[in-house]
Amino acid sequence: MKVRLRMFAVLRERSGVTETDIELADGATVAVAMEEVGRRFASVVDLLPRTAAAVNLCYAKPGTALRDGDELALIPPVSGG
Amino acid sequence: MNQKEDVIGLQSTPLEVGAAIGAASDGDSGAIAIFLGTTRRDPAAGREVLALHYEAYGEMAEAQMCQLAEEARRRWRISRIVMLHRIGRVDVGQPSVLIAVSTPHRAKAFEACRFLIDRVKAEVTIWKKEIWSDRSSSWVEGHGRQS
Repeated sequence: MKVRLRMFAVLRERSGVTETDIELADGATVAVAMEEVGRRFASVVDLLPRTAAAVNLCYAKPGTALRDGDELALIPPVSGG
Repeated sequence: MNQKEDVIGLQSTPLEVGAAIGAASDGDSGAIAIFLGTTRRDPAAGREVLALHYEAYGEMAEAQMCQLAEEARRRWRISRIVMLHRIGRVDVGQPSVLIAVSTPHRAKAFEACRFLIDRVKAEVTIWKKEIWSDRSSSWVEGHGRQS
């Protein structure tokens, strides 16, 4: 299945990627997707332990199962205000 | 009382305090509390901040801000909510976030305004990068609870 990956702020800058598709096994979880991101973008590996995930605009836990066509956003610690 | 009259969102143009007060005003309220977060110089080690650059996951941030407004309305009797956040460059001294809440009496206006700014800072998908006088820049890592 294919998931739309979006990256922001320090993750976007370090990886050089704003959005891209990633190919995952059916039923892959957020945690599995993040491992795949770590493999594809070595420059962000050290940030991933402090990175939250959102699926289709809502924060999601590592165990959340992804579905084909989902939008997975990687969210570094927010710093608005 | 009318949620449709709330003004909530991200904008790349300067925040207009007068317009926000106008949007928060209505005949049922006796109080409007306003919070402005502004860019500070933050001098350290021979350099200082010239500006902040804000980036957002816009669709999610606006959805979160609307949910926070709904949550505030469940807790307090609120007439109007204005919740605006800048994206792009915000120079020192300029506001990056504006919250205005109108309620019948002042105590609830202060409480609701405080609630909203605290939750915006902790949860909403917005990031800032400090632009320093020595031409360096650095992303600010927040301490919010994201879940």
